[in-house]
Amino acid sequence: MMRYALRRLGGVIPTLFIIITLSFFVIRLAPGGPFDEEQALPPEIKANLEAAYGLDKPLYEQYVRYLGGLVQGDFGPSFKFKDFSVTELIAQGLPISLLLGFSAVLLAMMVGIPLGTLAALRQNSPTDYSIMSLAVLGIALPSFVTGPLVALVFGLYLRWLPVAGWETGQLRYLVLPVITLALPVIAYIARLTRGSLLEVLRTNFVRTARAKGLPEYRVILRHALRPALLPVVSYLGPATAFVVTGSLVVETVFGLPGSGRYLVQGAINRDYTLVMGMIVVYGSLTLMCNLVADLLYGWLDPRVRYD
Amino acid sequence: MPSIPATADTLLDIESLSVRFATPEGEIAAVNEFSLRVAPGECVGVVGESGAGKSQSFLAIMGLLASNARVDGKVRFEGKELLGSSRAALNAVRGSRMAMIFQDPMTSLTPHIKVGEQIGESLVAHRKVSPAQARARALELLNRVHVTDAERRLGQYPHELSGGMRQRVMIAVALACDPVMLIADEPTTALDVTIQAQILALLAELKREQGVGMVLITHDLGVIAGIADRVAVMYGGRVIEQGPVRDVLKAPRHPYTRALIASMPRVDDAADKPLLTIAGQPPNPRTLPSGCAFHPRCTVGDAVCKAERPPLRESPRPNGAQGYVACHFPLYEDGAPARERTP
Amino acid sequence: MTEAVIVAGAPADQVSSRGFWADAWRRLKRNKASMVSATVIILIAIVAFGGPHLSPHAFDAIDWENMAVPPGGPNDHWLGTDRLGRDLYVRTLNGVQISLQIGLLATFVSLLIGVTFGATAGYVGGRIDNLMMRFVDILYSLPYIFIVIILSTMFERGNIYVLFLAIGAVGWLTMARIVRGQTLSLKRKEFIEAALASGVSTPAILARHIIPNVIGPVIIYATLTIPQMILFESFLSFLGLGVQEPQASLGSLINEGAQEMESAVWMLLVPASFLVTLLTCFNFLGDGLRDALDPRDR
Repeated sequence: MMRYALRRLGGVIPTLFIIITLSFFVIRLAPGGPFDEEQALPPEIKANLEAAYGLDKPLYEQYVRYLGGLVQGDFGPSFKFKDFSVTELIAQGLPISLLLGFSAVLLAMMVGIPLGTLAALRQNSPTDYSIMSLAVLGIALPSFVTGPLVALVFGLYLRWLPVAGWETGQLRYLVLPVITLALPVIAYIARLTRGSLLEVLRTNFVRTARAKGLPEYRVILRHALRPALLPVVSYLGPATAFVVTGSLVVETVFGLPGSGRYLVQGAINRDYTLVMGMIVVYGSLTLMCNLVADLLYGWLDPRVRYD
Repeated sequence: MPSIPATADTLLDIESLSVRFATPEGEIAAVNEFSLRVAPGECVGVVGESGAGKSQSFLAIMGLLASNARVDGKVRFEGKELLGSSRAALNAVRGSRMAMIFQDPMTSLTPHIKVGEQIGESLVAHRKVSPAQARARALELLNRVHVTDAERRLGQYPHELSGGMRQRVMIAVALACDPVMLIADEPTTALDVTIQAQILALLAELKREQGVGMVLITHDLGVIAGIADRVAVMYGGRVIEQGPVRDVLKAPRHPYTRALIASMPRVDDAADKPLLTIAGQPPNPRTLPSGCAFHPRCTVGDAVCKAERPPLRESPRPNGAQGYVACHFPLYEDGAPARERTP
Repeated sequence: MTEAVIVAGAPADQVSSRGFWADAWRRLKRNKASMVSATVIILIAIVAFGGPHLSPHAFDAIDWENMAVPPGGPNDHWLGTDRLGRDLYVRTLNGVQISLQIGLLATFVSLLIGVTFGATAGYVGGRIDNLMMRFVDILYSLPYIFIVIILSTMFERGNIYVLFLAIGAVGWLTMARIVRGQTLSLKRKEFIEAALASGVSTPAILARHIIPNVIGPVIIYATLTIPQMILFESFLSFLGLGVQEPQASLGSLINEGAQEMESAVWMLLVPASFLVTLLTCFNFLGDGLRDALDPRDR
């Protein structure tokens, strides 16, 4: 198990390397640069700026220099936030984004799994139909629609929670963003859980458990639920990617100082190093989450072999 | 319905059991008017081709059918009615007084739970014993079913065991609470021939030493020959013949039973003897033939069989033993159909 | 015994496939949610392309007399105006037009690439298949939105169609996987072997046998790709990376509306309800198609 985990971890590095290389060259080869602004800079100033950031060097040299910096944890200077390095910017925002993302995934599992289980146990009942219709809605609604709506209802009309902002990290400022981010994941997990639990409930080993005269809660919780959660665990990898995507929007909608907005601002400003830094950080995050999901899968299903 | 006299010590009394499944394409009658009595310490074999309704009957009794099944009739076990009883009442019986051994031990054990827990958990549920006691009992049971290296097996997952070992574990699971009634559904089908013999020997031993009542469901007459006292042959969801196993095997009354016996390969057959098979397909429960369900494949009957379904009638054996057959032209001891002797 | 009765081969497949489509259509017609959704999508499309001509306003005309007026006021701004006094009815319908066009365009591109790539990988097999799918895996491991954002830095802002050609061009990963899987299982079928044995060339087998046979899953997935692409467009526009002012997109309208929601809630609700309706309907339709084409999964 440990060796398997290490080997998988080793497999992450080449993938990350390919991602970094591809995005580096794609971004640099794009027309336009960080210093092409609406009122064009005098050529000599632009040349000085480019020299200062090493943009005048040949591309492969820039690439090697960038990789060298990465190994030391240095993502380079930001082109637009002139007084900050990319590392500093990410270090500021990332904890908030991580808190937001992990809370959302946790909430989604805590709500989605029971909802899906309930729907499966009451298959074809009104309960089932209403949960599944809500799930379709939850999957169809993008967070940039639900976010403002949630803020409108709970923040503006009901005044239960703050509409936006982040004052000294009070947790109540996180509630609406986390709910917004979790909604589609809840919907998806509920659907997955329902579908796979229905399948598991038809298996022979659940029949054996029932034939033993075990109480129903034990049949469900001990025998059926764990294999039923396998697809949910497989989904956790994609879910992380989904939450990362959502956090870009949610941080914008709710005015949270997370790191997600840097990706957007970086893209708008053509702030190469900032975009690259975000891709490296979020890319490795996604890869790690996929890895954790795989390991969790093996723990849930002892038949998976690690060789 | 023939009146089978109730003996004082009937353990399981099934009367007119029928099982129907509601499907989008219409209702399927899987079991019709199935009746059977099992006495303590008795082993009854239930034989038939797949789809004859053998397993469905007993899954119905155990309350294990899918939600689209409708079950009618009466099933008394130790004097209490099982059909229509609450889940709690059912759970007090199954796993505790009456246990089931399933075919295909590959899929019938929960993959993510260790063998020891799977054996002990019904004890914890029914007897409220401590986990340590359950474990000790699980160890005892594994030894009882002749699993080698039992101590280590307790901590293993089902996929780490061989097929025969898994079936022994299934049996240990069923025996956990010392049930008085065991229902074994094709317990040897998924196993190698040598392992089959071992498992059958184990079942016979349980019957002999512990006096449990047993129902052995199988499509293989050879399986019941050595262990069952009585046999019920099912076809198209109905019992078509019933009687002491020796008599039925030696002198079947129903043409189907005779064909079934004839299709069994025997060790003493000449090597070039062609394997007899029953012509045609087992009936589809969706579209059962009219009259006697066996008539399209029968070599004996005539137009009556197509028009009229023969009821299950008493047909005592020459030695005085009870016997029942559902046939317009039952076969007699000489093996020939005797139309003139039909009542 | 039973297997021997069913004759495997192309003729049997074709006969059963005609019945299959009729069956699927019957099942789809019975699914009310899908049929309603399909109708709503068609109605929205008609309104989106025909509707703007009925209004006297242009999408970028500023009405100085009527700034941020709510819907139903004593003027001819049927769905109100934004804070610059631009007609929300026309702007929203323009946004729907862009959404639909982009959804179809990007889906078509991803379909074309995904089917070709997947069918080739699955059909050729071996090391080439391995290499091709490894490439897909790597792209897969990166959140899709990253690729979209990288691409959006590459293209001149405002040229949204080029951007979405590009997004469609990387949106084929799932499609390629599905088609490859189908192709692999088809390849072992007898009628393909028969075609091979009789000397039919590889491209011809792909075009004549493989692609027609994977069409079911492809339709399902394409129907589910359209709302995904619509979502990407509005997502990018919401973030300011997509459609640029003065052009309107549902995403940019929602962004403006979200900023004004305290004083002018309709500016959020009008475009949001169009987007939500569109996405929900496409999803219901996709679900219905899946149930209709894959009856096992009911």
